[in-house]
Amino acid sequence: MGAGNRYVVVTKQDCPTCRLIEPALAELASRSSLKVLNQDGPDFPVLAAAEVVDDHELDGSWELNVEIVPTLVCYQGEQEIGRTEGWERAAWRQLTGFDDLGEALPAFRPGCGSLTQDPGIAVRLEARHGGGRLTARRLTLASLEDAIEACYERGWSDGLPVVPPTPERVLTMLSGTERDPGEILGDVPPDLVPVSVEKVAINAVMAGCRPEYLPVVIAAVEAALDEPFCMHGLLATTYFSGPMVVVSGPMARRIGMNAKGNALGQGNRANATIGRALQLVIRNVGGGRPGGVDRATLGNPGKYTFCFAEDEDAAWTSLSEDRGFAREQTTVTLFAADGVQGIVDQKAREPEPLCRSFAAGLRVVSHPKMVQAADAFLVISPEHARVFHDAGWSKQQVTERLHELLLIDGSELVAGAGGMAEGLPAKLGDRSFRKFRKGGLTLVRAGGGAGMFSAIIGGWGASGEIGSSPVTKEVRS
Amino acid sequence: MSETVLLDPGSERDPSEREPRGLPVGLAGKTVGLLDISKPRGDVFLDEIARLLEAEGASVARFRKPTFTRPAPTGLRQEIAEHCDLVLEGLAD
Repeated sequence: MGAGNRYVVVTKQDCPTCRLIEPALAELASRSSLKVLNQDGPDFPVLAAAEVVDDHELDGSWELNVEIVPTLVCYQGEQEIGRTEGWERAAWRQLTGFDDLGEALPAFRPGCGSLTQDPGIAVRLEARHGGGRLTARRLTLASLEDAIEACYERGWSDGLPVVPPTPERVLTMLSGTERDPGEILGDVPPDLVPVSVEKVAINAVMAGCRPEYLPVVIAAVEAALDEPFCMHGLLATTYFSGPMVVVSGPMARRIGMNAKGNALGQGNRANATIGRALQLVIRNVGGGRPGGVDRATLGNPGKYTFCFAEDEDAAWTSLSEDRGFAREQTTVTLFAADGVQGIVDQKAREPEPLCRSFAAGLRVVSHPKMVQAADAFLVISPEHARVFHDAGWSKQQVTERLHELLLIDGSELVAGAGGMAEGLPAKLGDRSFRKFRKGGLTLVRAGGGAGMFSAIIGGWGASGEIGSSPVTKEVRS
Repeated sequence: MSETVLLDPGSERDPSEREPRGLPVGLAGKTVGLLDISKPRGDVFLDEIARLLEAEGASVARFRKPTFTRPAPTGLRQEIAEHCDLVLEGLAD
């Protein structure tokens, strides 16, 4: 390399190679323009002829995008024309043009990791330098303002504390996906606001998600915004329902979701925060809030979060497969769900009596006399599933048998029957009705190993084309 | 306490303020659209509203959404705008 070039070397005293090459740095400083950025304090290296900068804040190292120390960067004017990492004598000589540089040093020593690569440091630096990829509006809190309280005051919370979405946390969250933060996923109702991956990440931070959950949250948002899910109507309805998230496939296990004991309950971070993140997106991006467009008469506790994983089993097709995907694909299925209604049967050892118990429980979804209105999910526990597995019944056989058992005589459904005013017009009394529309009953396995208890999750009274259909999306990294 | 910066999780929209149109002076000669949102017995309610409007000299045009769970399709909204001076829409039951 020619004369007139200038050099920047990034070092840290803690690195043995950096200490080793101190004489070579002195040689270089005596012959050319050298600036050294040292990452761990002002006392190293001791060079009379060079400009030594204390870079313990790492801003200089970050701007140079250094991954290894020492790194030698060569400039011609303002233009970088080459760099080398660690101590490779031949490379240093070639880059500087000094054929005798470091004659007394070994030919090669590997470098150490730059402090900019330490856990959490890179995102802190990126955030400090303008956040690069982040475009969301920034709010600076007053010095005495508590961040969690500030989130409450701005209406960003579902009632529980949220994690304050700092740029550092959001950048860390975005490390969970390869997708561009600016990618728009769709328009969120009710205000029909375009939502970016970045906005989803902000709300995922607030919900308490880890970065590896983000692809699942994104898929859940995509499903919610799919037209057949009818998120606008689901939000606006006076009915109980809200979006329930069921995750099926390998990623559910990889991110530690709970499909076993207490699967529908509290205590698992992924289950709890993925469902919550979706609701926060609807609330904060879409503007859907109780008392506003959310007109629920009672709502249900699942509107904080309702998310669980499928306990896949070799004997039955998985939910992914039932919804047209491969078993190896991870999918998110959204369902417009009410709360959980338990169904107990501790005596059935054959499929038929157990189906009859299930059918009796399913009959009362919405109202015992309402048909073709709500869909339902039946979450079958392992001990109940075993009854079917032992008899060789597929999930599809169980579903078909339940539909048969839920073919109801119109005379039981008309207004006034059973002393209940609710019901169908009298003229329909001589017909039979399926309780659920075609495709309106979905079976999925989950739960702990002990307990002959399954769960019926009724859906929104408006299903199918009138209202909401379950929607499944593949989770993409 | 050091300065805390938060990223806005919301829409970052400033709602545009629009002045409501003034009330019509009278209904005589006006076409009033009645939008049935497809809720049960909505027709019973709207029949009565139509009767009252016609007694005031308005002509009534009836429209119906395919389902109450979704916003009215664009075509329907345009049709109402094209044919009506006023529209009444029930939001829910």
